[in-house]
Amino acid sequence: MAEKVLMKGNEALAEAAIRCGCKRFFGYPITPQTEVAAYMAKRLPKIGGTYMQAESEISAINMVYGAASAGVRAMTSSSSPGISLKTEGISYLIGSDLPCLIINVMRGGPGLGGIQPSQSDYWQATKAPGHGDGHILVFAPSTIQEMVDLVFDAFDLAETYRMPAMILADGMLGQMMEPVVFPEKEVVEHEKPWAANGHQGKREHNIINSLYLKPDELERTNRERFARYEIIKEKEARVEEYLTEDADIIVVAYGATSRIVRAAVKAAREQGIKAGMVRPITVWPFPAKAVAKAAETASRMLCVEMSLGQMVEDVRLAVNGKVPVEFYGRTGGIIPTPAEVLEQIKKIAGGAK
Amino acid sequence: MADYNMVMAGFGGQGILFSGKVTAYAGLMEEKNVSWLPSYGPEMRGGTANCSVCVSDEPICSPLVVTPNVLIAMNEPSYDKFIDAVVPGGTVIIDSTLIAKKCERSDVNVFYVPATELASEKGLDGLANIILVGKLLKETSFSAYESVLKAIDKCVSARKEHLKAKNIEAINLGMSL
Amino acid sequence: MAVVYEKPHALTDAVLHYCPGCTHGIIHKLVAEAIDELGCEGKTVGVAPVGCAVMAYDYFRCDMLEAAHGRAPAVATGLKRSLPDRVIFTYQGDGDLAAIGTAETVHAATRGENITIIFVNNCIYGMTGGQMAPTTLPGQVTQTTPYGRDVKLAGYPIRVCEMLSTLDGTYYAERVSVDCVPNIRKAKAAIKKAFQNQIDGKGFSIVEVLSSCPTNWGLTPVEALQWLRDNMIPYYPLGVYKDKDKEADNNG
Repeated sequence: MAEKVLMKGNEALAEAAIRCGCKRFFGYPITPQTEVAAYMAKRLPKIGGTYMQAESEISAINMVYGAASAGVRAMTSSSSPGISLKTEGISYLIGSDLPCLIINVMRGGPGLGGIQPSQSDYWQATKAPGHGDGHILVFAPSTIQEMVDLVFDAFDLAETYRMPAMILADGMLGQMMEPVVFPEKEVVEHEKPWAANGHQGKREHNIINSLYLKPDELERTNRERFARYEIIKEKEARVEEYLTEDADIIVVAYGATSRIVRAAVKAAREQGIKAGMVRPITVWPFPAKAVAKAAETASRMLCVEMSLGQMVEDVRLAVNGKVPVEFYGRTGGIIPTPAEVLEQIKKIAGGAK
Repeated sequence: MADYNMVMAGFGGQGILFSGKVTAYAGLMEEKNVSWLPSYGPEMRGGTANCSVCVSDEPICSPLVVTPNVLIAMNEPSYDKFIDAVVPGGTVIIDSTLIAKKCERSDVNVFYVPATELASEKGLDGLANIILVGKLLKETSFSAYESVLKAIDKCVSARKEHLKAKNIEAINLGMSL
Repeated sequence: MAVVYEKPHALTDAVLHYCPGCTHGIIHKLVAEAIDELGCEGKTVGVAPVGCAVMAYDYFRCDMLEAAHGRAPAVATGLKRSLPDRVIFTYQGDGDLAAIGTAETVHAATRGENITIIFVNNCIYGMTGGQMAPTTLPGQVTQTTPYGRDVKLAGYPIRVCEMLSTLDGTYYAERVSVDCVPNIRKAKAAIKKAFQNQIDGKGFSIVEVLSSCPTNWGLTPVEALQWLRDNMIPYYPLGVYKDKDKEADNNG
């Protein structure tokens, strides 16, 4: 078996991408994700790859656009304010049906915000990663091992569905170290007959484009893309359920926050409260079915986030009024403590019939 | 075994993050679940530095240690910041060269080690942090001695091979106190 | 029957959408001829801009990308770094290259990206209907400088070739014009050289082509060409601003 090593989240993301065959990285320094770029700068030149420090976040995502158009695996990495700058490019990647990997190691916002962990880009990632109708795949790991595993899935599914994929992490996951094992599996890149890599006189020219001046053509293209999204929602939504079977109170949390919630749920159980957790692993597609199912057995739900309430809207949509959905969040870079969350669970339990 | 939820705190340059890494790696060498979470950002540049380290048989929930059962403090601001958070029965190890205060709590086990002074005397400059880890090892047996040696081997980069022996010396010194 | 004239192979049969008298068509043809003569169509990937040439991806027979406004040099960088043996060019207007995409342009040049940029300067934003461009001349009337470009308010035009020639990364920068046959011939030679430089691995090459916009200048095509000669060439002198080939020759 491969060796278990202690690795920082940011570095693990980078190493995982390299093991996925990603040899093109375009980035720009920003805390708290800079280790991703630094790791790539060190490793990629040694394996025939390209690390490029772009002049801006905008250029970095557009370099990814160029590399993805060429048919190679490419990625960029940033943190919240940088992702805002990239949204233009992300929209073009969506509109041109290009696969790539984008990492967002979230920090507090809005504006320059802070540099401590946050989950306040949930809306941006899942609802409006760029202008126009469109989505990207968004994976929300909660451990360093899962960060690694999801990078493999992100590249694979991005190519399967020809769309960008994002790893939505946060400063805590990016900066912390945990043991990790890199999967020893053969990576198969998908065929890319659509790539603009020179027709060599063997085919008609390929065009990578998101411009459709005729409204009916643009509508048709968008509808086709949304039909694909429906398949993705059906097949790719992922969730972890923790002690949900007999749970009366179900907490929904993703990413780093789910770790805090897990501790709180454990503590609640020790105090005789039947608590459980549903943890979305994909936040787009949002695992609405699993959340709705939880609402059938639980009497109350609680959504915990490092934001002032973003994913809770998706939870409420999924629950559709069947049970009350409470919210607890910290923001600005503050990580909620297990004790705080436990307090919330107890409060809700007190109100439960 | 007990779960260890540790906070190591001091100022930038004392090797706080490194000693945390050694501790976490020692746990990993024993197939334990471990996590290491640093403070980060501009405050690291000569300001306070701290890290949370968890070692447990169970998967680690929160890697951010809010109520530590181990505190290693290497300067006064860090001591002040964390001393009240230590759970009753916890272990507190203080670099008494740099912290003049005496702990007023009676419900925690406090050890005063003049680590910075000792390091300087014994030719172990910059390894006060590791002396304190040695002391922690003696007082808590958070892992086996061999695991700590293996951890040092993992954590000291090959370029600094000569420092491995010094680190081991520092651990031994800490354990002798 | 003897063939006396043929459209270049590197142009598709799509009908160009450009306005009557616009010189984009000439420049497209020159680029396509260069690709034909160098025999590199099959390994060329072009990047179209946002601006009048936005649909250039339909006109060139090589593989093509459409980039976001101003981002073509970054997109070309991503392409070239992924496909180093392919020929990558961008085709950009003045607003695209010298306003919203200035950073991308300058940094691609200073990195010495081994790409070819065809920069079409007509002193105006054409596609959106004639607004001030970074290259709009002092005093020039546009939709957004209705009283003429006031340099106190709107600043001065950017001379792109001069600016880029100061960068160590730029290998070749030349300004040409397509206002008359002799200049068109010179433009052709410059464009071909810019592609050849890339094939030879020499680095960043840019050809700035002074072009006319009869529609937005409010002139007939013939008047427009005269306006170009009378107003643009004095402000934007033609010639080679940087050529490391020559520098090497001069240094013996």
